[in-house]
Amino acid sequence: MAHTEETLHINVLPPDRAKIKKLWMTALILLVITILEFIVAFTVPHEYKDLRVWIFITMTIVKAGYIVGEFMHLRYEVKVLIWSILIPMIFIVWMLVAFIYEGMAISAVR
Amino acid sequence: MASTSVATAPGRSAWDGGASPMGASYGKLMMWFFLLSDAFTFSALLITYGLVRSAHPVYTGAVSAFKFSAGYWPIPERVFEAVPFLHGVEAPLVFVGIMTFILIMSSVTMVLAVEAGHRMDRVAVEKWMLWTILGGIAFLSCQAWEWLHFIHGSEGGKAVVEGTTFFGANLVHNQYGPPDFAAFFFFITGFHGFHVFSGVCLNFLIYYNTVMGVYDRRGHYEMVEKVGLYWHFVDLVWVFVFTFFYLV
Repeated sequence: MAHTEETLHINVLPPDRAKIKKLWMTALILLVITILEFIVAFTVPHEYKDLRVWIFITMTIVKAGYIVGEFMHLRYEVKVLIWSILIPMIFIVWMLVAFIYEGMAISAVR
Repeated sequence: MASTSVATAPGRSAWDGGASPMGASYGKLMMWFFLLSDAFTFSALLITYGLVRSAHPVYTGAVSAFKFSAGYWPIPERVFEAVPFLHGVEAPLVFVGIMTFILIMSSVTMVLAVEAGHRMDRVAVEKWMLWTILGGIAFLSCQAWEWLHFIHGSEGGKAVVEGTTFFGANLVHNQYGPPDFAAFFFFITGFHGFHVFSGVCLNFLIYYNTVMGVYDRRGHYEMVEKVGLYWHFVDLVWVFVFTFFYLV
């Protein structure tokens, strides 16, 4: 090992403070949203099921946006790459809607 | 970024197949498309869960009077309310909250390792990779405890056949609700847990290579970035599992 360290001249750059701060801010936002989810889970009564579900889904999508955009760096990639990842997600949304609808129909028949 | 591998192959023109139209290297691009296909797999599991759950009757009574029954889908927060070392204390969703916190933190340490890799800072990459591996192992340990608790069950149990009481869960019976409830718990959290496990293995491989100076000799730390993508994806899936299995 000592041999390779002698022959390799690695130029270590100093930490990018602004970038690191931004990453910790993203983590803080994710934690705050998770805490908000818990608050909603215990304060909004179960009678308002639809409202609860929609709040949870919205918060989940916001969290997913931060993870994919900032942590996975997709926001800063080329537009073609962003769209080729996001457009196929349409199939998932379509499949989800179709199958939930189907499930409710099964429930009605039973 | 000077240290990441270039998107255009040296000595080849753009018309000679030398350029990457998406501005990312082959390996990174393939990781993205693998993750896209993996997202379809997880979606298939979660959508099937949605289908089966919406086909089951909903519990309509007061939440405080909720009792486990095979007749309707259980309220998740009444199933997952145990915390290690606090036997008999009802703390709904607290343990899942801790697991979520662990996974988000390990995602941050991973992205810090990627940042250190861009700067060719081997010592920092080693440090953050170790924290990430630790987070992954902590999450897996939590999941092991949760599975154990779910399988063994809590007091009360549920009558399966007249005159008998069943505790805990397996793929045929469970004390919490319809048989499908436990089946989906095992499949969805199990499949996710397996991803976390392979993620920890990959992270360890990256850590080992970093220590051995493989990426220093290669001239870039792009492998950290690629495995980082996978690790963030595991965190991303957990965000959805957490919402659709534990909160809704």
